[in-house]
Amino acid sequence: MQSGIAVEMKGITKRFPGIVANDNIHLQVRKGEIHALLGENGAGKTTLMNILFGLYQPDEGEIRIHGRSVGITDPEKAIALGIGMIHQHFMLVEPYTVLQNIILGAEPRRGVMIDYRKALARVGELSGRYGLQVDPHRTIREISVGMQQRVEILKTLYRGADILIFDEPTAVLTPQEIRELMGIMRRLRDEGKTIILITHKLKEIMAIGDRVTIIRRGKVADTLPVRGTSPEELAAKMVGRNVSFVIEKKEARPGETILELKDVTACDDRGVQVLKGLSLEVRKGEILGIAGVEGNGQRELIEVITGLRRTVSGEIRLRGRPVQNESPRRIAEAKVGCIPEDRQKQGLVLDFCVGENLVLKTYYAPPFCKRGLLRYDRIFGHAARLIGEYDIRTPDGKTPARALSGGNQQKVIVAREVACDPDLLIATQPTRGLDVGAIEFIHRKLIEQRDNGKAVLLYSLELDEILNLSDRIAVMYEGRIVGMLDPRKTDEQEIGLLMSGGRAAGGHGNGGPMTGGEGAGGHAEESGVRA
Amino acid sequence: MTGLVRRLFRESTLIPVVSVLIGLILGAVIMLAGSYNPFLAYGALFARAFGDMYNLGETIRQITPYIFTGLSVAFAFRAGLFNIGAEGQFIMGAVAAAGVGVLLELPWYLHVPLALVASALAGGLWGSVVGYLKAARGVHEVITTIMLNWIALHAANYLVRTFLLEKGLARSRYIHESAWLSSAHLSGLFDHARIHYGILIALALSALFYFVLWKTRQGFEFRAVGFNPDASEYAGINVRAAFVKAMFISGLFAGVGGACEVMGVFHYQTVSSAFPGYGLMGIAVALIGRNSAVGVVLGAVLIGVLTYGASGMKFGAGVPEELIHVVIALVIFFVAASGIVEMLTRRFKNRNRTVHEHGGASGGR
Repeated sequence: MQSGIAVEMKGITKRFPGIVANDNIHLQVRKGEIHALLGENGAGKTTLMNILFGLYQPDEGEIRIHGRSVGITDPEKAIALGIGMIHQHFMLVEPYTVLQNIILGAEPRRGVMIDYRKALARVGELSGRYGLQVDPHRTIREISVGMQQRVEILKTLYRGADILIFDEPTAVLTPQEIRELMGIMRRLRDEGKTIILITHKLKEIMAIGDRVTIIRRGKVADTLPVRGTSPEELAAKMVGRNVSFVIEKKEARPGETILELKDVTACDDRGVQVLKGLSLEVRKGEILGIAGVEGNGQRELIEVITGLRRTVSGEIRLRGRPVQNESPRRIAEAKVGCIPEDRQKQGLVLDFCVGENLVLKTYYAPPFCKRGLLRYDRIFGHAARLIGEYDIRTPDGKTPARALSGGNQQKVIVAREVACDPDLLIATQPTRGLDVGAIEFIHRKLIEQRDNGKAVLLYSLELDEILNLSDRIAVMYEGRIVGMLDPRKTDEQEIGLLMSGGRAAGGHGNGGPMTGGEGAGGHAEESGVRA
Repeated sequence: MTGLVRRLFRESTLIPVVSVLIGLILGAVIMLAGSYNPFLAYGALFARAFGDMYNLGETIRQITPYIFTGLSVAFAFRAGLFNIGAEGQFIMGAVAAAGVGVLLELPWYLHVPLALVASALAGGLWGSVVGYLKAARGVHEVITTIMLNWIALHAANYLVRTFLLEKGLARSRYIHESAWLSSAHLSGLFDHARIHYGILIALALSALFYFVLWKTRQGFEFRAVGFNPDASEYAGINVRAAFVKAMFISGLFAGVGGACEVMGVFHYQTVSSAFPGYGLMGIAVALIGRNSAVGVVLGAVLIGVLTYGASGMKFGAGVPEELIHVVIALVIFFVAASGIVEMLTRRFKNRNRTVHEHGGASGGR
């Protein structure tokens, strides 16, 4: 190969109605390197990669693969050019086996039959060469998320990819799985594959990237080698200003218990038990962080507390009063605020204006309502106040929530929930998909609430967020709390082990007043044996 | 003034208007293909609809039921429900009014309100059955409304036959004159057309539609549930109760519409083997009117004028009456496929924007 450039994108511009997603972008990826694509949400990195994979057509610009100018009209063409994409949300057929998923759409045949023996040999050879251990005969349903990701990688390799695009691959993984994935990526690179890694996590880039291209607001801010740069420099280039990583917070002064759960059990929508005797306490003036791999009952836990899901057994008390199975409104009136997980689906009515969204929980009572009639003057007065106080970037309170950016939408929700002056504030994934500035703001607000003597329950899949904000960390695994840790005395290693069902190496840390912690630990051990 | 202009050119207003124009133009093309003269045809259509007082009165009579059923469909839609059942609710309202009108003898100032209230309750309850089945059992409203339409048709026939039948005829006895919504005076103004006071009730309910949805607490809940039931539930709104209530009000609109036909136009209820069709046309009216009060009234005017004027087209230009159904279908098609119209209007607007590049285009995304 005369040039060492695997991918070259020249002057790529892509416009969507009202926005330029990619503005004259130049990207050069060398053969056999891990090239990170860094940028905030909405910066345009996924758009760029979707163009490379043939999902979008650029309005302007040229793409060269191994020095040859190509037109990538659809993903099939991209695959034929040796480009593979590992999507953030896996595209697997759940009831099929690993092997069937890998060969799906590219099955080796013998007559009209699928030649499974040949397929198996080829998959075995690939997984051996790249260290991608999978059991080809298990169904997707039976294997872990980390395994599923390996299947996705094998899928692209099976189709002959030598340029692999990873779109935020670590978002759904435990720390251990992340480490394994990084090993796999290194191995792929050492075997001559070219890797493009889309991410907004600086740590990953520092750990594994060779070079990094930073995209800010649809434009390339810089391309530089990872060696010789620092997370601070990258963050500054990504956001366009200096960012502080340290969250300043005072010592917590926890008071009396606000929320108490005792042996709570509940089922998910399919009727499978997902909370299996869960107990925990949240006190005034502390942030309790819930750590865990997605799908271990966290969502159901939040729904049970907020009244959206019925418990099967057990007790939930707010300031000592049992509230299990009361309506969401009664629980909200008992001074519980909740920042829901999915801001557009659960948090906002996007077609309502900002003012209406800000009273979505309080519209029915004075001062916003009198004798069944809404008082829009009060509603918009209230909106104007909160828009100022929370620095919500919107022309006015009458603008539809849909027109706001993600960060400002989240500010609307936070403003609404905090304005109700709750005793317990539940924050579920409060910074998911937000840019650095908005994240800072939300974190400050949560700590402010804690310092004002509120109880804060934080559930996040970002372990850094849990470690930085929490005063105590409850690790959740298979519907139970399997460990109660002190963030000052623990690390990712220990949490990660508990999250995946293993037993904590260094004991339970400062357990606090957590009841049943030991018993829960015992369960974890059981599950560990089973796994 | 500029506010009004901006309102008129807002996408939500522009799309139905452009759709109507495209529908009329394509209708003209079809007429040309059949070697008819479209100018003559449309001229005759509008001459029939507005030409003299009698025809104007009849046009208004035609428009009236469309307003009711349009409001019914639009209201349910605002709460996130697709009410195909305005037809059945309309029939139940009609039969309730006929029952009160035939069986009771009261002074008019009691008889008319009582008949209207009975029809509102009948239509409303018929609608809330749908809301209840959705809330309690999760049955989709499209299925239940379609089934309830047939049940309503045959239940109404049974009731008329059993309790109200005029001997030897396939209809009920006449309702007492004290329950009439028509008057010789009003009719006289329009050269004996069958216009009746139902149009005033329709306009009053349009105002109520707007008031309830945008000024009351309950309306806030309906709209929130309609836009996003998940967020509504999170915010503590009782989504299931909202379904039942919204379907009650939706059915009420249609039910009163049925009553007005009985009390204003025919003064009896027929035993019928087919649907009157107002309920289904209500879907088109709501669609054209984009589920707003003013829009529904305008949509009803459009459909009413086209339907009534069609007969004039036949006599005046020899164009078959059925062709107007093609035009109506085209209008509905373009409103429903608003993407096509949006594309056209956007292209037009963009061209304007490049001309007025520095006109200070605000609004952003």
